[in-house]
Amino acid sequence: MKNKTNQSNGKVLFSQYNRGDAIKKLSGLSREDVLYELKVSKLKGRGGAGFPTSTKWMLTAAAVSQEKYLICNADEGEPGTFKDRVLLLEHSELVFDGMVVGAYTIGAKKGFVYLRGEYEYMLSSLEDFLETMRNDNLLGESICGIKGFDFDIEIRLGSGAYVCGEETALIESLEGHRGEARNRPPFPVSKGYKGKPTTVNNVETFASVVHIVMKGGEWFQKHGTDKSTGSKLFSVSGDCERPGVYELPWGTKISELLEIIGAKNTKAVQVGGASGICVNKSQFERTLAYEDCSTGGSIMVFNETRNMLHVLKNFMEFFVEESCGQCTPCRIGNTKLLEGVEMLESDEYTFAYINKLKELGKTMQIASKCGLGQSSPNSFLSILENFKDEIFNGRGGKYGK
Amino acid sequence: MLVVEKNSLTDEIEVLVEKYGKERSSLLPILQEIQRNHKYISDFAQQEIARLLDIHPVEVYSVITFYSFLNAKPKGRNIVRLCRTITCDLLGKENVVAAIERELGIKFGETTKDNRITLEYANCLGMCDQGPALLVNDKVYTELTPEKAVQILNSVR
Repeated sequence: MKNKTNQSNGKVLFSQYNRGDAIKKLSGLSREDVLYELKVSKLKGRGGAGFPTSTKWMLTAAAVSQEKYLICNADEGEPGTFKDRVLLLEHSELVFDGMVVGAYTIGAKKGFVYLRGEYEYMLSSLEDFLETMRNDNLLGESICGIKGFDFDIEIRLGSGAYVCGEETALIESLEGHRGEARNRPPFPVSKGYKGKPTTVNNVETFASVVHIVMKGGEWFQKHGTDKSTGSKLFSVSGDCERPGVYELPWGTKISELLEIIGAKNTKAVQVGGASGICVNKSQFERTLAYEDCSTGGSIMVFNETRNMLHVLKNFMEFFVEESCGQCTPCRIGNTKLLEGVEMLESDEYTFAYINKLKELGKTMQIASKCGLGQSSPNSFLSILENFKDEIFNGRGGKYGK
Repeated sequence: MLVVEKNSLTDEIEVLVEKYGKERSSLLPILQEIQRNHKYISDFAQQEIARLLDIHPVEVYSVITFYSFLNAKPKGRNIVRLCRTITCDLLGKENVVAAIERELGIKFGETTKDNRITLEYANCLGMCDQGPALLVNDKVYTELTPEKAVQILNSVR
């Protein structure tokens, strides 16, 4: 593994920050002050769903309970995403300091980092980092001399289940159960880990919070667009000269991104990983933002030589394997969509049946219990729509147009 | 399984229950440690974990079968997982697969006769900018070529 990933430093997340500064600043701030700055910043969850962080934290802070929990979702399983790996390995201070700020705000005494099993090799260095924080009184009892502010972080490993990135499945897993999503409501903010109010946030969200505490919500919301404030880390992979992690303001056009990463002869860009959408050339002027192409940060680039049906098949195989199987639309639906892709591949399809499968995809988006089944038809629907000339060419999608 | 082996396994699980606490939320960390040390969680281990955590053995089995990194069946001494996601695929995963299978004389999903290596596929390892990527137990290797992959596997004992 390379020591350092290609990175481009933007003006927000990777701006100057010294370890512990945000925590030290808390002694002069009340919980309401932090919530106010968050509200002004208009920060939204960076995992992809885009729920306003201030609302989530306010609800957990307002919940009446002796015990509250804070969870950092580091179960980064979306194909094509690796920004959390870079944040945790090379910018740990942003993530953990952000968690301490979160604990202060919601009133949690205990925090978890749910680290995906594939990242077990990071465990010892992260544990060391936490130990240093404890020695410097940035974790533990009366943190930075703030009376009654006790908080500690425990790192728990996942065991190779994609669905555990869904927050209620993650909580089930932490409790020692199969990682199957729960019915909502109740939401974790009122009944989460062990039935207590719990906040679950993405690694990158915590990293953003640190900068908001230091520089203010007003400063943060100046970056990006009106509805998508701040900047975003994009994990760029595929056919380009410089794959890596890029910090760019929200609202960047796909074409601008392609320019920056040195992508040539690009045919397709998969925005948001396997559960995202695939856009073709005619849509490269669309922007990366919650209001247009919303994404958790995965950008996969495909050039003219790639077979899009092969790409789609890879995604559908992924979903068939990772569906937890508890709800029917997702369990059966993904299998049916994969069968459809195989029919297309061998040129044994009728348009009537493919149209039925598209309907099925739309049904899955509505009827599935959690985000996995609700988003897994996205790539099926968008690839079939945006690359129909190539896929329905009568040669099983092979040899291009 | 010999009685001494059983006894030592029970001891090991007792220590783990002590370490993580006798509660349901300790189940996953305990299973992960047994998996790490023994490469699988035997029927006997499952029974003992269930007894010591005071839950039904079926619950333990159900959790093991849910997670792809936990096994109820014996595996090789080293578990090798190759990323099969599209980005690693674009960077030449198939060539690596062919080279490994040829060299070890087994297919993915199988274990070598000397019990040295079990080959498996994994979904995205989060190394998409440096693919193809491969995990040997918990260690990650990136930018594989067929030659480099075979070299790595030859050095595994």
